[in-house]
Amino acid sequence: MQITFVLNGRKVSEEIEPDMLLIDLVRRMGCYSVKRGCETSNCGLCTVFLDEKPVLSCSVLAVRVDGRTVTTLEGLQEEAEEFGAFIADQGAEQCGFCNPGFIMNALALFRENEFPSEEEIKEYLAGNLCRCSGYEGQLRGILAFLDWKKNKQQEKKPVQGEEKRKK
Amino acid sequence: MMTIREYRRVESLEEAWELNQKKPNRVIGGMLWLKMGHGRVGTAIDLSGLGLNQIEEKEDRFEIGAMVTLRDLELHAGLEAYTDGAVRESVRHIVGVQFRNLATVGGSIFGRFGFSDVLTMFLAMKTEVELYKGGIVPLETFAREGAGRDILVKVIVHKENADLCYQSVRNTKTDFPVLTCATAREEDGSYRIAIGARPARAVLMSVSAQFVEELQKQNADLAQAISEKVRAEIVTDSNLRGSAQYRRHLAGVLVRRAVERLE
Amino acid sequence: MKREGNLIVNHAVRKKDAMQLVTGQPVYMDDLAPQNCLIVKLLRSPYANAIVQEVNTTSAMRVPGIEVIYTWRDIDQNGRRYTQAGQTYPEASPYDRLIIDRHVRFIGDVVAIVAGKDEACVDKALRMIKVKYEVLEPVLDFHTAKDNPVLVHPEENWESLCPVGADNKRNLCAHAESSDGDIDAVLADCDIVIDRVYHTKACQQTMMETFRTYCSIDPYGRLNVFSSTQIVFHCRRILANALHIPKSKIRVSKPRIGGGFGAKQTSVCEVYPAFVTWMTKKPSKIIYTRQESMTASTPRHEMEMHVRLGATKDGIVRGIDLYTLSNTGAYGEHGPTTVGLSGHKSIPLYGKVEAFRFVNDVVYTNRMSSGAYRGYGATQGLFAVESAVNELAQRLNMDPFEIREKNIVKEGDVMPAYYGQVNTSCALDRCLKKVREMVDWDHKKMVRDMGNGKVRAVGIGMAMQGSGIGSVDVGSATIKVNDDGFYTLAIGAADMGTGCDTILAQIAAEVLECPIDDITVCGADTDFSPYDSGSYASSTTYITGKAVEKCALQIRDQICKLGAKKLGCAPEDVSFDGKWVYVENEDEGAETTADTEEKSARAAEDMVRKVSLVDLATASMCGNDIALEATVTNSSQLSPPPFMVGAAEVEVDLETGEVEVIDYVGVVDCGTPINPNLARVQAEGGILQGIGMALTENITYTKRGQVLENSLMQYKIPTRADIGRIRVAFESSYESEGPFGAKSIGEVVINTPLPAIADAVCRAVGKRFYELPITPEQIATAVIE
Repeated sequence: MQITFVLNGRKVSEEIEPDMLLIDLVRRMGCYSVKRGCETSNCGLCTVFLDEKPVLSCSVLAVRVDGRTVTTLEGLQEEAEEFGAFIADQGAEQCGFCNPGFIMNALALFRENEFPSEEEIKEYLAGNLCRCSGYEGQLRGILAFLDWKKNKQQEKKPVQGEEKRKK
Repeated sequence: MMTIREYRRVESLEEAWELNQKKPNRVIGGMLWLKMGHGRVGTAIDLSGLGLNQIEEKEDRFEIGAMVTLRDLELHAGLEAYTDGAVRESVRHIVGVQFRNLATVGGSIFGRFGFSDVLTMFLAMKTEVELYKGGIVPLETFAREGAGRDILVKVIVHKENADLCYQSVRNTKTDFPVLTCATAREEDGSYRIAIGARPARAVLMSVSAQFVEELQKQNADLAQAISEKVRAEIVTDSNLRGSAQYRRHLAGVLVRRAVERLE
Repeated sequence: MKREGNLIVNHAVRKKDAMQLVTGQPVYMDDLAPQNCLIVKLLRSPYANAIVQEVNTTSAMRVPGIEVIYTWRDIDQNGRRYTQAGQTYPEASPYDRLIIDRHVRFIGDVVAIVAGKDEACVDKALRMIKVKYEVLEPVLDFHTAKDNPVLVHPEENWESLCPVGADNKRNLCAHAESSDGDIDAVLADCDIVIDRVYHTKACQQTMMETFRTYCSIDPYGRLNVFSSTQIVFHCRRILANALHIPKSKIRVSKPRIGGGFGAKQTSVCEVYPAFVTWMTKKPSKIIYTRQESMTASTPRHEMEMHVRLGATKDGIVRGIDLYTLSNTGAYGEHGPTTVGLSGHKSIPLYGKVEAFRFVNDVVYTNRMSSGAYRGYGATQGLFAVESAVNELAQRLNMDPFEIREKNIVKEGDVMPAYYGQVNTSCALDRCLKKVREMVDWDHKKMVRDMGNGKVRAVGIGMAMQGSGIGSVDVGSATIKVNDDGFYTLAIGAADMGTGCDTILAQIAAEVLECPIDDITVCGADTDFSPYDSGSYASSTTYITGKAVEKCALQIRDQICKLGAKKLGCAPEDVSFDGKWVYVENEDEGAETTADTEEKSARAAEDMVRKVSLVDLATASMCGNDIALEATVTNSSQLSPPPFMVGAAEVEVDLETGEVEVIDYVGVVDCGTPINPNLARVQAEGGILQGIGMALTENITYTKRGQVLENSLMQYKIPTRADIGRIRVAFESSYESEGPFGAKSIGEVVINTPLPAIADAVCRAVGKRFYELPITPEQIATAVIE
């Protein structure tokens, strides 16, 4: 059957089987960042955005994305690089296999909650398994990223303030 | 992995019901449990197009469409306020956000899974389910009897003046529960206690206002007494996550803690 | 090479592949294999012990798209057997496998190989194959395996290649005994003897990327194997042995690996697509499902350890007697070798031991075959010995830190239980001190009631490991100077996410005085990489790292040689500062005080007496006869142990039995951490795996011998919600045999949580646990009792 959807900002039409899963479809379409780590919806490696919400692409029938919007890490390269650099600075990417799913879900978290607390980070990302890092380096990376983001925002504000004063 | 021969996004409940009368056909919710099976589905019936993904808060009740996700439940301010966080607590341990963005209330309830936190939570509230053909049925009846090949349309939670709390014990934070326990203390002092993951499906146990009054007259430790009553009556079994004996013990502990908190 | 103030070594540089990984680039096997290759899947035995009588594939072969189905009839049942273990000569693991054996020995053993054009047709064909089994009684309990009348490997062509005490007619994969002093006399003379039996299970490595391999035939008709493996060279041999074809016909290479932890030190899945591609000459791939990775793979050896540990009433450990029974399962991969570490890497921690005895049996059973998992037997042994010491401290009413301070092995000590080696570098004493400080032991040694039914307590454990296998492991490096003067570093070690490509480049860059970006790393490929045993046994930093250091020194010499030729002087008259080869000794007085930078500046000024690396690189490609390429191979007689101390603070709900590690402190002596970031993450990751093994990663079986924890839904590795803090610090000794003073880090870090958590839980609930994992149910039950 034929479905039409928006993949990473581009409208696409694909011929699919009714029982095809979204993970297999997006990988077939070249989105190799999407990984499969289990068959039981437990690992979070296959996380993509479906209409802006993070979901497990291993558990979504491809046909269900007809008319909707799917985003993979391939469509978020700038954000991935910006945030991922902080993970890289900790060496916490390690084998990298869980990274795309983890980074997708972290980006989803930042969209829902710009400056989450440690507890909120842990809870939101609990469904992203990682066997290499012990999660601690990922947490350090996230906190460093949030710090950077906060500083960037604060740097902007005083500049605006100064301008006002000048006026 | 399961196979699906055809997929249909139905345009009406009638169409869904008709399709669902054929044995190999299945209504699909979040697909999370269904896809792990090895069954062969004829037509996958998708209710996504019927607007059942809304939580409507009315003066006296919540109407929760079958396609509402567990994440929607978790984030709903009205439910959060009404249940004093119990609904959020009941779902936040389920695997992860991405999982809960898919799993549906309808799927969780209709499946009547033993491990279901959601079923346990709703059982403790004054809940009914609306079935397309069967009409409105108390959740407790539905949980016991199921609904055959009918279609679950929505879950209705009637507001009452009750205090709620939800607890579960898990071997790891996002694992299936070893035991779930949702407790409601009614205005009249009676308790409605749902215990799930026994590991069989959740059951509802009631503690009447008279029972509570009697205990209070005797100056007895209410929490302890109710806990002992549940412990004695609850039927538990063993699986990978815990033995029948441990579950019975946990039922006692969780009920005591719940009553201590709510009384 | 030791220099004050390293510029690149001991610095936290980013992993060379980091940005590719965080942006999700296609760098793994299944991202790179072509989409149109044959899909290979396996039909597996539902019985733990059976003879396959008939396999009817007729209707399965008729499924459209099916290319081929192989059964035992396609494999010479009398041919030479092989092992899947990736180990150096003389291979200790018995040759006990056939690609498809008529005799299936565990639930999950291979009955048929099916290859077809897509998953759907292969799945369909798998369902249509009809098999008749003669079901035999299995040996499931490893206590009864030795000398059981039921033999797991009764076959005549079973082979043990070296004297490890194996005897297939007794279900024995290995047996060994070693001792020093008269242990019976010492124990008899001790004031106190702790006599306990400990049990650890067949835990899974659970790397996020399951086992997978792609195979094709290259333009020369050779078998090209592209696999997620830690051991390209061993894999080549294993495939040659399995397929009975010459090694020259095989090339094995690896892409990025999605985690290994030892699992990929065994060629779990390679032989199946290799066989399909070799027979059909068509490209094929196999991707193990998570379920296959949990049920037909190569987990940790289940071990039972009987410890008798004797001490004086003052807490001096005088003797340790250890008997380890190890369950290798249906096949012997790593069976004879893992067991040794349970004693040889636990007993030596106690430096005042007057006598020890270590006896072990490794038995075959009809369970999944075991293999290599980070820690490799030391993990199991350290749980036992460290737990015994914790119990000793409790019985003597002594502080567990103080009892260790009295006993620990010191730098310079001879370690009889560690093959008689001298402890060449050791900061174990500092590790103890630091952990004590960091975990605030003096305030937390008492159990604290948190007032909500919960209590908190702290427990500790120590660990050691090796750095490569002494006199066995081989590491090599090839460095080549290219245009513009950048270097290519070719290695046969496998970066499985650990970052070895990066740390090896750091070592090279430090020696060559260049930025790390000037070193590109390639590996591992049996055709192009210099020989390396592979990345396992904590060998890469110490063994291969040293090879890189030596190789970089050698390439410096080559550069100087060519530079001298260009400058028209003798090689001994020139120096190299990373950018320039220049003439030395012009002004000897100034030379002795000038530092490198000044020299460089001076060389830059002196246009006549220097030549740049860039010019030399260009010159090397024109009318040149001095190779700007060097290969160095390294091996070490020593395997200097890294050390670690860990402390766990747990919070236990005394009623429900729920337990959480709220703080874990680990202090490691890995020698010089070449990259402190990567060393830290290694430690944090290892600690969490150890926490999983201690608390949540359970393995249970049905009566028929089937593993129940067959998915990530049932086998619970810790999530980030399951832990509090993990805090790591380093107390570095300096290992003069290692590159820049480094030892190893990869494995030692998994060991301490097991005894530390067990002891913390014991303090919290007042009962000691001798089997892992310690589940909430066990804790709650212990409290009730």
